[in-house]
Amino acid sequence: MANRAFSIARLPGFSTLAVMVFVMLYLPIGLLVLFSFNAGPSPAIWEGFSLQWYPRAWANEQVKDATLRSLTIASFAAVISTSVAVLAALGTTRRKRSAGQTFVYLMINQPLMVPEIVTAVALLILFGFIKVATGYQGLGYLIIAHSAFCIPFAYLPIRARLEGMDLALETAAADLYATPWQTFRYVTLPLLMPAVIAGLMLAFITSLDDVVISLFVKSAGQDTLPTYMLGQIRRNMTVEVNAISTLLICLTIIMLTAFFLLTRRNE
Amino acid sequence: MSKSIAVEARAARKDYGTGAHTVRALDGVSVSIDQGEFFTLLGPSGCGKTTLLRLIAGFETPTSGQIFLEGQDITADPPNLRPINTVFQSYALFPHLSVAENIGFGLQMMGRPKAEVNHAVEKMLALVQLESLASRKSQQLSGGQQQRVALARALAPRPKVLLLDEPLSALDLKLRKEMQRELKRLQAETGITFIFVTHDQEEALTMSDRIAVMQSGNILQIGSPREIYNHPVDRFVADFIGETNFLTGRVEAGRATLTSGEVLSADVTGHAGKVTFAVRPEQVVICAADEADCLAATIVETVYFGTDTHCHMRLGDGTQIVARLQNAPSGEIGLAPGEAVGLRFEPGALQVLAQ
Repeated sequence: MANRAFSIARLPGFSTLAVMVFVMLYLPIGLLVLFSFNAGPSPAIWEGFSLQWYPRAWANEQVKDATLRSLTIASFAAVISTSVAVLAALGTTRRKRSAGQTFVYLMINQPLMVPEIVTAVALLILFGFIKVATGYQGLGYLIIAHSAFCIPFAYLPIRARLEGMDLALETAAADLYATPWQTFRYVTLPLLMPAVIAGLMLAFITSLDDVVISLFVKSAGQDTLPTYMLGQIRRNMTVEVNAISTLLICLTIIMLTAFFLLTRRNE
Repeated sequence: MSKSIAVEARAARKDYGTGAHTVRALDGVSVSIDQGEFFTLLGPSGCGKTTLLRLIAGFETPTSGQIFLEGQDITADPPNLRPINTVFQSYALFPHLSVAENIGFGLQMMGRPKAEVNHAVEKMLALVQLESLASRKSQQLSGGQQQRVALARALAPRPKVLLLDEPLSALDLKLRKEMQRELKRLQAETGITFIFVTHDQEEALTMSDRIAVMQSGNILQIGSPREIYNHPVDRFVADFIGETNFLTGRVEAGRATLTSGEVLSADVTGHAGKVTFAVRPEQVVICAADEADCLAATIVETVYFGTDTHCHMRLGDGTQIVARLQNAPSGEIGLAPGEAVGLRFEPGALQVLAQ
């Protein structure tokens, strides 16, 4: 029920401002999606409706290659970062409070605070050393880098659910002869599952979306979908990029909706 | 005849916090609980009763002192190694498991074969009369049903001791009375030692074999419900268990007198000097104002309670006394405020408490 004494909707100019914000947020995306159905080759001049750019984008070997690479990296990064996040969340919520806890919390969420470009340059230098030392040129660098910056995105929903969980449940499991491992396996983890899946999806989307760190870390010929698109736009704008973007938006909307439903359930 | 001891706490102390913020929840408590006994820890909130229960369960480690189970020191054992189960105040049923899976959880964790687990679950479901709900999830149950599942889950592994942490406090009055009888029946059928924590003195009196009354981390008195009710050791116990009238006076040369000078008949063995007399309202008898050996009193007000009427009176020195009179079929006791009456106490009803 609305608070009659103070409703922000009654402030002068509130609704105008709200409408402007939503237009700014969604008008560019709306245009991008609209022009992905353009019959002509320009992402700015409308020449009628067509679906031709979707099959054309898919027929492009470079697009296929980059998509597959992005999905591979995102899958690995999501699983690795979520596993680490579960351990980190257990470590920060299922132990006695200690003096260094705020510091640990900040350390875990470091990727949210340090500018991405700094991490990117740092990783470029570190991986440079390793590449020289080992000669390894594979996808591993991208996977490790993505795993690292995805951790806080997986950590936050998992930690929130662990904090909201009734501690008496784990106490009851221990009381009923469950060892600490059995307690985790049969009580904590099943109850944590919605948050784990939510964490996986957030990490996946975050990895799929990354440009800056990927650009610095990737070796030659290791374009991910975002870095490929960036390269395309630098040469000349094509409607193909619009079509790929539209598909990415659809994927994101589906995953975020699932995330929302999963975190809302059982509350 | 001496019974064997199920659980024993020896000088168990528990401090929370450190330095200047230390709170002593339990102040060196020693108690032995017999095998097969229904033992109640009774006291107001913050008296340490739940802390003592958590020490026995193994959820907390004592700051000092020891816990024994059937003569063995279990102080250092984690809860999963203690054959002791708990019924939690919030029930703490696993929401992702069915009723049957909840009940079988303990045996499953112990690695018992599936057939044995299923058999025990069926037996437990029958014991708490929930056979029809075996496949339900715990959120689909009413409060009383959840309570039964929590009980069945804790009893299924056949623990040596069952701990109950205010398990009835969330139920309404009628259901609570029903569960009280149910708990007594379950204890009689299983023969397991029950340690019950409550702040409800009536619950403690009706259910327990023995009661330990606790306050500020100490046990003040241990005894049967009758001993605790009829012979409280001090004013706190007398006041906490049931209603009590207090009168101040002295014991001199084996004679009990009120401050106002009237002589009372009471067993004063072992007492001398200033004392407090305690008498239960149902042991106060109202008589005619001019009757011999009665204290003069004035009716202040009468309060109707259905089964009985509470009659508030004032003595000559201003002391308030309550008498509980059983109601006649008419519901009238024929006493009006301001009326002068006499009152006396049933023989042996007057307890002498040290100051």
